[in-house]
Amino acid sequence: MEELDGDPAVTLIPGVNSKKKQMCFDWGPGEMLVCETSFNKKEKSKLVPNCPFIFIIRKDEDVYSQILRKLFNESHGIFVGLQRIEEELTGKSRKAQLVRVSKNYRSVIRACMEEMHQVAIAAKDPASGRQFSSQVSILSAMELIWNLCEILFIEVAPAGPLLLHLLDWVRLHVCEVDSLSADVLGSENPSKHESFWNLVTILVLQGRLDEARQMLSKEADTSPTSAGMCRTLGDLMRTMPILSPGNTQTLTELELKWQHWHEECERHLQDGTFTSSPHLETLCKIMLGDEAALLEQKELLNNWYHFLVTRLLYSHPTVKPMDLHLYAQSSLDLFLGGESSPEPLDNILMAAFEFDIHQVIKECSIALSNWWFVAHLTDLLDHCKLLQSHNLYFGSNMREFLLLEYASGLFAHHSLWQLGVDYFDYCPELGRVSLELHIERIPLNTEQKALKVLRICEQRQMTEQVRSICKILAMKAVRNNRLGSALSWSIRAKDAAFATLVSDRFLMDYCDRGCFSDLDLIDNLGPAMMLSDRLTFLGKYREFHRLYGEKRFVDAASLLLSLMTSQIAPRSFWMTLLTDALPLLEQKQVIFSAEQTYELMRCLEDLTAGRPVRGEPDAQRLQDDDIETTKVEMLRLALARNLARAIIREGSLEGS
Amino acid sequence: MGEIYAKFVSQKISKTRWRPVPPGSLQTAETFATGSWDNEENYVSLWSIGDFGNLDSDGGFEGDHQLLCDIRHHGDVMDLQFFDQERIVAASSTGCVTIFLHHPNNQTLSVNQQWTTAHYHTGPGSPSYSSAPCTGIVCDNPEIVTVGEDGRINLFRADHKEAVRTINNADSSTLHAVTFLRTPEILTVNSIGQLKIWDFRQQGNEPSQILSLTGDRVPLHCVDRHPSQQHVVATGGQDGMLSIWDVRQGTMPVSLLKAHEAETNLHRNKLLRSYLLVWEVHFHPSNPDHLFTCSEDGSLWHWDASTDVPEKSSLFHQGGRTSTFLSHSISNQANVQQSLISSWLSTDTTKDRIEITSLLPSRTLSVNSLDVLGPCLVCGTDAEAIYVTRQLFV
Repeated sequence: MEELDGDPAVTLIPGVNSKKKQMCFDWGPGEMLVCETSFNKKEKSKLVPNCPFIFIIRKDEDVYSQILRKLFNESHGIFVGLQRIEEELTGKSRKAQLVRVSKNYRSVIRACMEEMHQVAIAAKDPASGRQFSSQVSILSAMELIWNLCEILFIEVAPAGPLLLHLLDWVRLHVCEVDSLSADVLGSENPSKHESFWNLVTILVLQGRLDEARQMLSKEADTSPTSAGMCRTLGDLMRTMPILSPGNTQTLTELELKWQHWHEECERHLQDGTFTSSPHLETLCKIMLGDEAALLEQKELLNNWYHFLVTRLLYSHPTVKPMDLHLYAQSSLDLFLGGESSPEPLDNILMAAFEFDIHQVIKECSIALSNWWFVAHLTDLLDHCKLLQSHNLYFGSNMREFLLLEYASGLFAHHSLWQLGVDYFDYCPELGRVSLELHIERIPLNTEQKALKVLRICEQRQMTEQVRSICKILAMKAVRNNRLGSALSWSIRAKDAAFATLVSDRFLMDYCDRGCFSDLDLIDNLGPAMMLSDRLTFLGKYREFHRLYGEKRFVDAASLLLSLMTSQIAPRSFWMTLLTDALPLLEQKQVIFSAEQTYELMRCLEDLTAGRPVRGEPDAQRLQDDDIETTKVEMLRLALARNLARAIIREGSLEGS
Repeated sequence: MGEIYAKFVSQKISKTRWRPVPPGSLQTAETFATGSWDNEENYVSLWSIGDFGNLDSDGGFEGDHQLLCDIRHHGDVMDLQFFDQERIVAASSTGCVTIFLHHPNNQTLSVNQQWTTAHYHTGPGSPSYSSAPCTGIVCDNPEIVTVGEDGRINLFRADHKEAVRTINNADSSTLHAVTFLRTPEILTVNSIGQLKIWDFRQQGNEPSQILSLTGDRVPLHCVDRHPSQQHVVATGGQDGMLSIWDVRQGTMPVSLLKAHEAETNLHRNKLLRSYLLVWEVHFHPSNPDHLFTCSEDGSLWHWDASTDVPEKSSLFHQGGRTSTFLSHSISNQANVQQSLISSWLSTDTTKDRIEITSLLPSRTLSVNSLDVLGPCLVCGTDAEAIYVTRQLFV
């Protein structure tokens, strides 16, 4: 066992005093049942539990959020699409695909975040407003982490473009600047706005130098004294060498140009170009990557990773991926200044800067309240072939482990279980067994739902589950007195034993009522009739009745006889069949031939001879036996007379 | 086809229906109703597609459909039909049939009339009964016909508290759907592949006609009647088969068209074929040479049997997959006079003339329901999304 990564969280159950009372629990797939026991150490006589409830404790409550449901559903589509990305796709096109998938995931997170934000604003009571707001910040952190992982692990940006990506990352997540900008520009005199210099500083911190220059020109227009300085700083901003995506210049060229530019800035500062304007001087210092000047802007930087990116922009614009973690660590230390300790989010980002994917996933698993994030991110990184070597000491690999956890959570939900199926499908080792175990536990309240579950099983050739579902439905139908439905389901399950049971019920009903029910089904059994002997008998017996009804007596008679001689008819039913023969024996014309009559007689004798010797007869049985004896005698008489007629007829036919 | 808009709604959608436009009006479809299923709480909801031909003013997403109002529904919504402009009839998995009334003034829905035990099972030998899901309804003001898993057919009138007519044990298997043929005749489909015609003028519980696919016993899940040629009927089956029937002739379908069939790629190299249950089939009400189906595999198809199709194969490979479709005709039908029959019934040239287009870009979970009205189509899925398009024939 590995050691624990943190203390387990304590969940208090309202209404239960666990200090005084013994608790008992049972595990479920995604939840746990907890209740008080009546066990009492001191007074054994008192067995009254104080708390009459059984509590369901859910591990993953995010599954029950209305808004997050959209995240689960939408990302399900992206996940399935990702699994279908052709394996053959290699190199650039594959990478482009994976980046697109990653961006799709992020846009779903953002959409969710925006909706959650709207709901938080509209919330009527402060408590739920706070809850939604905290969800917003969780989603925002997810997106922040995902975006960084995308840059570092999926995009794998080299030195140069790396910084551009990081700048975009910071700009996307520190976005208050846009509303501030609108605010300042909307005012009558922007350069006199109280936040004017804050705005310019933020723009510089984020490397948005074009916008910063425009702001400075506004300042230059209104205060002639500083116009010259503004122009000089603006020129420095304009001439800062940056790597543009379409540019073909090499890194060395860039570094060289950048060095010149840096020296020029340095010279202006040395010469005291900006001494008369502290604002402009600060900006110049920032552009020189002066750490002290940067740290003075803590408020505007918001967080250490913004500090990191700004610092890199103005001091190491061509930072290599492998050196990132050095700057990240020192930025974190400088920014926090020993005043506070890093939070989980800081640790996760730091792990990413260190290119320690497993640490990122581990920290996220601990910090986040649901499996959605780690499951999808890990799967995506696995598709980037970054997790190949990592196997867990339990179950399968990490990707599969996380997907299984996530899918199990979905299956615990009354409605989202359908999404879980596809996730199990793409877990090669344990997915199938997990699906088999979960799918059997889906409550089937309508046939329509049952059909959906059946389709899932049939598509995956899960014969055992298909049988079990059909059996459940057949049993239900029997309980509801829907024999036709029950038979249909047992035929579908190819469940011979159950088909026999249902057929017996049909035959019993026939004996009771003297007519068949559900003819629309029995008359259309077709090849399904062969499923069980009893079902075959039911179908054939019904055919006998149809032939008889159509007055096709000869066909009816031979069918009746064959039912007995071929042993398809259960012996318990022979007397009924022989009784059915009576009206045929009594017809005007001879229907049973002599040969057939002999056969019938043999059947009758077999039946009567095989009677077990009974014990003490009671009144009821005596009466039954009486009826039976009369029946047998009537049959013997009819058979004898028919035999006589048949012999005469056959004899005279031969003679003529 | 024009753009199709999707909206995720946090509930699995079992039914979608356009509110009918008043007869003779030039209005286009604007409001539709949906029902949800398999949630702890299910809802019947009304949505407006608003004015998304124009640019949106209040910052909302262009083309999005907005919720007007909703109301709790006990049990899964199994079927949903507009009774008139204001009233919606819903069938529940609890066997209950409810008429909801829409109040446009304050945008609310209320229960107008309810038959709580319209469908139920009676246990063997005991008078106690348990509820049975109501699976289908069809309305023709003032009448409502309902069918259920209990094999029962009910005829209700909106203003009557009791059923006007009930046929117990009408079917030995589950009835899946019902539609009017010609009043007072109805048509039902069941889980053993039979299509039955019932005439309410006749007493007793026997259908006036039974049609079936020979021997296959493949369950039929939906049925729709051609809007102008009342003898032409389309059904969708569990195996993805679309069948066109001429109820005047014979007992077998005139043509079988297979489209809802696909190959699923599981575990990267295991290829499995799946059957794809067709949940709904609808003739276009005013353009009946067009037909629409949706299925459990998440596909939504447009079948075009109009004769003036210039090119067919080009559209056919949309969505990156080749769709096979076969049509075989039943030989003894071939000599029916060509001039009289509908484009759906002609046999020898069917293969060349029906064009099938997939309307949804990617397929995952089941499309449970669809409805068409004028140039508009709405469908709802198990992936909790509602799709709407306003330009079907562009």
